[in-house]
Amino acid sequence: MAEKSILRLALSSRNLIIGLALSLVFVIAGLLSFLWTPYDVTMLDIPSRFQTPSAAHWLGTDHFGRDILSMIMVGARTSIAVALVAVGIGMGLGVPLGLAAAARKDSLLDDLIMRGNDLVFAFPSLLIAILITAVFGPSALNAIIAIGVFNIPVFARLVRGAALSLWTLDYVLSARVAGKGAARISFEHILPNVANLLIVQGTIQFSLGILAEASLSYVGLGAQPPIPSWGRMLADSQTMISLAPHMALFPGLAIVLTVLGLNLAGDGLRDLFDPKLRKART
Amino acid sequence: MMKAISRSMFAASMMLTAGAAFAANTDVTVGLQLEPPHLDPTSAAAGAIDQVLYSNVFEGLTRFGPDGSVNPGLAESWTISDDGLSYTFKLRAGVKFHDGSDFEATDVVFSLDRARAEDSVNAQKALFAGIASVEALDAGTVKVTLSDANGSFLFNMAWGDAVMVAPESIDDIKSNPVGTGAFRFDSWSRGDKIELARNEDYWGTPARIEAATFKFISDPTAAFAAMMAEDVDVFYSYPAPENLMAFEADARFTILSGSTEGETILAMNNKQAPFDNAKVRAAVSYAIDRNAIIDGAMFGFGTPIGTHFAPHNPDYVDLTGNSAYDPEKARALLAEAGLADGFKTTLKLPPPSYARRGGEIIAAQLRAVGIETEISNLEWAQWLEQVFRGYDYGLTIVSHTEPMDIGIYARPEYYFQYDNADFQTLIADLAVEADPGKRSGMLKQAQTVISEDYVNAYLFQLAMVSVVKTDLKGIWENAPTQAIDLTSVYWAD
Amino acid sequence: MLIYALKRLRSLVLSLLVASVVIFAVIEVVPGDPAAFMLGINAQEDTIAALREELGLNLSVYQRYFNWVGGLLSGDFGISYTYRSPVAEIVTERLWVSLPLAAYALSLTVLLAFPAGILAASRRGSVTDLSVMGFTQLGVAIPNFWFAMLMVLAFAINLRWFSAGGFPGWDEGFWISMKSLTLPAIALALPQASILARVMRSSLLDTLGEDYVRTCRAKGLSKAQALWRHALRNALIPVLTIIGLQFSFLLAGAIIIENVFFLPGLGRLVFQSISQRDLIVVESVVMLLVFAVILVNFAVDIAYALVDPRLRRGR
Repeated sequence: MAEKSILRLALSSRNLIIGLALSLVFVIAGLLSFLWTPYDVTMLDIPSRFQTPSAAHWLGTDHFGRDILSMIMVGARTSIAVALVAVGIGMGLGVPLGLAAAARKDSLLDDLIMRGNDLVFAFPSLLIAILITAVFGPSALNAIIAIGVFNIPVFARLVRGAALSLWTLDYVLSARVAGKGAARISFEHILPNVANLLIVQGTIQFSLGILAEASLSYVGLGAQPPIPSWGRMLADSQTMISLAPHMALFPGLAIVLTVLGLNLAGDGLRDLFDPKLRKART
Repeated sequence: MMKAISRSMFAASMMLTAGAAFAANTDVTVGLQLEPPHLDPTSAAAGAIDQVLYSNVFEGLTRFGPDGSVNPGLAESWTISDDGLSYTFKLRAGVKFHDGSDFEATDVVFSLDRARAEDSVNAQKALFAGIASVEALDAGTVKVTLSDANGSFLFNMAWGDAVMVAPESIDDIKSNPVGTGAFRFDSWSRGDKIELARNEDYWGTPARIEAATFKFISDPTAAFAAMMAEDVDVFYSYPAPENLMAFEADARFTILSGSTEGETILAMNNKQAPFDNAKVRAAVSYAIDRNAIIDGAMFGFGTPIGTHFAPHNPDYVDLTGNSAYDPEKARALLAEAGLADGFKTTLKLPPPSYARRGGEIIAAQLRAVGIETEISNLEWAQWLEQVFRGYDYGLTIVSHTEPMDIGIYARPEYYFQYDNADFQTLIADLAVEADPGKRSGMLKQAQTVISEDYVNAYLFQLAMVSVVKTDLKGIWENAPTQAIDLTSVYWAD
Repeated sequence: MLIYALKRLRSLVLSLLVASVVIFAVIEVVPGDPAAFMLGINAQEDTIAALREELGLNLSVYQRYFNWVGGLLSGDFGISYTYRSPVAEIVTERLWVSLPLAAYALSLTVLLAFPAGILAASRRGSVTDLSVMGFTQLGVAIPNFWFAMLMVLAFAINLRWFSAGGFPGWDEGFWISMKSLTLPAIALALPQASILARVMRSSLLDTLGEDYVRTCRAKGLSKAQALWRHALRNALIPVLTIIGLQFSFLLAGAIIIENVFFLPGLGRLVFQSISQRDLIVVESVVMLLVFAVILVNFAVDIAYALVDPRLRRGR
């Protein structure tokens, strides 16, 4: 497919455009927060607490008088960073495992990897995340690890499944006959062909990661104060919900819109990469 | 005008519900944030156990009054030998445990011996440390001999950890407590509520209400809703001060704001650099604006303190002037200590909101004078392990809710690791001093020493704020101990 | 078939064994002494030691592991450190909240998802389809605890239709109890229903595109008849798998929702137990949940094998 038509297809995908646009808003807000936020999020201004949205504070202020818009901007940074690295861990470990399992199908290695995956799936993920932070203490890093661990089997399974069918294809068989090793074949021939799948799944896991980070920091196990995070902003707002509903509204909307954006983008990408599905849709 | 209207509407609604309300008003539902893990006050530190059971179900030889005074309990009277070493308690006659058995001197011997035994799991075992022997002289008289004179022995015996239990019912005490109090234990649905019923055979003035329910609602939002829906008649130690304005505006409710024994402090690790330098500790104290913390974290509820002592105590000295908010002075002191560029330290925070919210405010205040803190929010178990037993911290915030606990500053192994020989001598002398005038002077001196040494930064006395239905009377306003004494609670008609 | 079942059974037992070791090991390294936690800050060292002895914490690691696993096998879950009553009893008590909640949430999930999925599939590309898909996108994106908070604000605090939390207990009456589970069940069901509706839709679309359905259509069945008589039944297989997984997810995944609504359920129990270092409860409940998931997986595998003989040989 020519570059031009991919671009055209991409542009014609409504989901992809809306999704990317939504996600980009928060990515840009997060990046911008490194350089500038309307107010300093570490400065407390208790006399001006609980202000409703106004020209000075577009989204109002929280219980310490901090500017909620600024906190959401910095919180975007936390959420995106945690989710991104967690997906990275999942892909970095899951993809090689999946490739290896497929290359040595039905071997002990395959069995071990797949059973191990089943086992990780069987554990209630949030509980394990809570246990991990109970062991190592709450921090953004431990939240990343807790979320990342549960991403590994997702990618391992996906890659193994896709790779298994690729291994039966002619060109892979001929590469084998030509004497290429399994590792080499996996990386040269299999991996590029599952890349699309990985991008789609990566987007979905990324959005799940945002949700997971929000849950963890909501129960107090994510990034620690004074670094703002969306989940903790919601936790803080909970007892004040009748007093200052705006404190609960805006961070929640930020999570919903980011996740929605990523999911739409994921759907759009899948349609883009999978012409068959695309045809079925229209 | 608005007030008049709302009042008449209130009166009208009262008339409509009066019939039903009158019939229902023989019981009380108390909202509590924490549920007791089990029901044995003599083998755990959990304050919730005492809140439900102290004085209601279990009684001690002496008991705390609402003002913190020590009054006769199951011991009607006592005599103290001249050397202060032996206490002879005359027990009340005709006292029965809820299972019908008699309360006698042998029960006192059993209870005290159990608490001070080698394998005792009493959380306040130190209360019994000075006891050399306990003997029953006859069924109604007990003699306790101390190894050293102890000015606070009667005070110690009033604690929830020193209540009287019976050998017959001790095995099931954790799920079926049997005491001598004005209420007997009725039922417990774990995770939800505990019910008590009036003890009709009570030895003293019987309770005015027939039944009491303790409902455990840990989530402040749910507590707010439960109170507003009148599912709960009194919420003891209401967890979210930010909601109190809403109750204040509502005629159905009254807010009781009393004092507690909770000195809330920013503790410093006195053995760890740079806090081993008194100048640095002073700098931290000067950098902190107590009023901003009370306002920002507690929504105005709390009394500033300048030392580790309860302001409602007659011997309290106001030493807040020793560390009045002065960031310039804090910076100067840091410079004198050779830390003109500030330093970095850890701030470890246990779960209560005074610590979590106060911690964020203190972090911002310290940052303003150049001290960077790395906050970690810990669970209690982690806090005990890392801070309290592991000394692995720079700063922490905690409220010390035990009454009269200035003596902890004489324990060099205590987690803030203050080691001052003079102070230790002072406390040792205080323990054996019986003269009230001298005791008062020594207590004042002790307060001054720790304040001037800037051992910790003293923030505020925790307020006890309870939300009560306006026509419910007799609820303790103050919390001299962790107790919710319901024996004299009643509904006004 | 029998050999396949036995092979699966062997891997089930192995999984459980590995899981028990992993759980025990993780919990073993959790810092924080249960005895020190229970006795608080005035406790003396010898008192803590006495309590550790009483709780059996002074035994060696191996001894404690084997005591625990041995106990599990004989149905004895041990005695909770904090509550000092049998873990089995506490867990059963909590299950009376968690199981009904999960069942309630699952029923809502199915009731919402089936009509939505079928409707969307049968009118593919229509405005109905698009709006169903739009709503499910939103449903997946909303954090359930936030949705729960908003519902509390609207229905408990402002309208006062429901209580904001707590559970009165089944002996207070069935409907009162169900009412107090309603908001939590809705909060739990919303994202699950969105997922299920999407699965339902795509699964239906897949089967509708398959040859035999086309044949039926060619034989003169109307589109609706083809859908109801043939496609739906076949589309149900993946849907049922998802439902199975969702049930175990709902049982364990309700931790946060149980905390928001202050329900005395299993998730809340574990959460509290972790912070109280009531490790024996944590171990047993996590093991129980893992066991439930592994068992569901096993049952699904066996059911598949019964339906589809080809699967018996490979995986």
